[in-house]
Amino acid sequence: MLSDSSFQRSDLSSYTSGMKILVIEDDREAADYLEKALNEVGHTVHVARDGESGFVLADNGDYDVMVVDRMLPKRDGLSVVAGLRSRGNDTPVLILSALGQVDDRVTGLRAGGDDYLTKPYAFSELLARVEVLNRRSGNKEVETTYRVGDLELDRLSHVVKRAGQEVTLQPREFRLLEYLMRHAGQVVTRTMLLENVWDYHFDPQTNVIDVHVSRLRSKIEKGFDTPVLHTVRGAGYMLKAG
Amino acid sequence: MKTTAARLSALYLLLFAGCAILLVFYMTSLSGRMLVGQIQDTINEEMAGLGRAYQRGGLASLVRVIEMRSRQPGANLYLITDPQGRILAGNVQSLQPGVLDKLGWTERPFGYQRYGEAEGERRATRYGEEATVDADPTQPVHLATAVVLRLPNQMIVMVGRDLGEPERFRQVVQRALIVTLGIMGLGALLIWFFVGRTALRRIDRISEASRRIMGGDLSGRLPVEGSGDEFDRLSENLNEMLARIAALNEGLKQVSDNIAHDLKTPLTRLRNKAESALGTPKDTAEYREVLEGTIAESDQLIRTFNAILMISRLEAGYSAEAMVDVDLTAIARDVAELYEPAAEEVGVVLESAVDVAATVHGNRELIGQALSNIVDNAIKYSADTDGESRVVVSLTADDAEARLSVRDTGPGIPEDDRARATERFVRLEKSRSQPGSGLGLSLAKAVMGFHHGRLELADAEPGLLVSMIFPMIRKPDETADRPG
Repeated sequence: MLSDSSFQRSDLSSYTSGMKILVIEDDREAADYLEKALNEVGHTVHVARDGESGFVLADNGDYDVMVVDRMLPKRDGLSVVAGLRSRGNDTPVLILSALGQVDDRVTGLRAGGDDYLTKPYAFSELLARVEVLNRRSGNKEVETTYRVGDLELDRLSHVVKRAGQEVTLQPREFRLLEYLMRHAGQVVTRTMLLENVWDYHFDPQTNVIDVHVSRLRSKIEKGFDTPVLHTVRGAGYMLKAG
Repeated sequence: MKTTAARLSALYLLLFAGCAILLVFYMTSLSGRMLVGQIQDTINEEMAGLGRAYQRGGLASLVRVIEMRSRQPGANLYLITDPQGRILAGNVQSLQPGVLDKLGWTERPFGYQRYGEAEGERRATRYGEEATVDADPTQPVHLATAVVLRLPNQMIVMVGRDLGEPERFRQVVQRALIVTLGIMGLGALLIWFFVGRTALRRIDRISEASRRIMGGDLSGRLPVEGSGDEFDRLSENLNEMLARIAALNEGLKQVSDNIAHDLKTPLTRLRNKAESALGTPKDTAEYREVLEGTIAESDQLIRTFNAILMISRLEAGYSAEAMVDVDLTAIARDVAELYEPAAEEVGVVLESAVDVAATVHGNRELIGQALSNIVDNAIKYSADTDGESRVVVSLTADDAEARLSVRDTGPGIPEDDRARATERFVRLEKSRSQPGSGLGLSLAKAVMGFHHGRLELADAEPGLLVSMIFPMIRKPDETADRPG
């Protein structure tokens, strides 16, 4: 989904120490824009303008995340990703493409991409996805309990507590909160929520996700003074203590 | 040899002539050999008869029999000579020299003359055989084959038969061959004339017409003569193809007109906003507001583009790889659950009556998106109405099809407009004020077409009933259980 409109870039990134990002994109303007914007939020960006040199850079450099355009001169983006994967390089990859249909996404992810974003995209969307992909953010899949401030979620017993008090959630609300807590401190967009909580990849057009989030918010914040589920203007939501 | 017909006729002529000549030679040699064989059989029998006469009555009997047989009409050749070669009896007047020197069958035909043949009469013999036959060309000559025997008393007996019969046969065949080849030559000319001048002229007319059509006259059609032959069928099929192309072209034109209209309007708004923002100096907050509006407007444009692309892609045939068995029940529940809070917020009750299990062959994402569009529309149109607003998502299934329906309490669509409602960009007049690309139902229709199903609009009294109808997957074990 495309973004709401207003944001300050500096609001969007929760990272104090920047990530090292490789952008493989042949369109000069798009690459410059990405480089500048990612720099502004504190990330280090290297840019390759074709598939061959991108592959060489990726193979030698130690990147936290790569952003790879699908259609590249010299070597196709999917082939770059597949090549890296076959050499044991597991750097997370966000594939960018003008092709956005269901089967395009499937082929993109099958080639070894970790996420897929269709052009034109909102920078906030790209940034949120890149930061979620960052491998240094750790693998929270293995944790059985998530904690953000006084909010606590037990993934096994499906019990959610705020300041020790149990909060009753619907199954979907539980999955929504689970995803937000897994990426606590990171911006998650509406599209990311639709993809990861509902497993649909289309553009919901209306505010369906917002309404779900505000229902969840009322359940976990009602009666408590401190908000934990924040709306990041122009981007999405972030779960953060205080 | 510019035309195919001329080339073909020449080739056929050559081929046929070759075959005919081969056949004729084979036949003449075969039947010639058979005739000669018959002649030899006859001669052998004669000889045996003479032998019996000789044994019965000696030389006198033999001479008598030969004299008798010689006088019969159409008789064989008979000759008996004394040891010095003087003719004693028989019907041969003269003989090519050397014939009697060798016993047994004569190796090649020889010339002879019978008694009683008119002086100076000469029967034509084949050129080339003449030399071996006759030293004196003024003498009338016949050709014959014979067997020569020496009696115990050194007298020589010869029995032979005229070869006129096989010779005549050969001449008949030869004449037939010449006539046949002549007819074939004529036939080739006729074929060239009909194929080359008639059929090829039609091909020329067809290619001329196609050139005109390629030149831009898309309304032009290929000539059909009404004979129903291959050329007509070809032209008819090509004409149908042209008609289809013209229809697609027309559709494309209409779509691009619609796109132009529906995209130009927001683009113009976008441009006007930016222009007026630049026109007068403003503070940061105002600029910000304009830019926000600009982004929102372009997002809407991108959505419209995406929907158009998706519809075209679906209509062009999506990759079948994206098709698997999908749980329609789960999709219906997902979408109902997804939209329920949003519906509630605008005062619409969204109910789901999804109790049956239905699995269809399809694409979960596409079905989910199509259903979302329908539900989104239903909520939008129900929200404005007075009284209770209710949207019901329901799923029913039988052996033949699964029916995923969305019923709303909105204003509905008049029957006359329903077909038009699923066309691209059609937003019926009453709904012009509603936000949206006008592509929701068109997309749903395209998705249903892709799934070999259909989209039905009906009156829900009040409101609209939109049904996505999927053909059911027939499981092999189920059909096997059924009798018949």
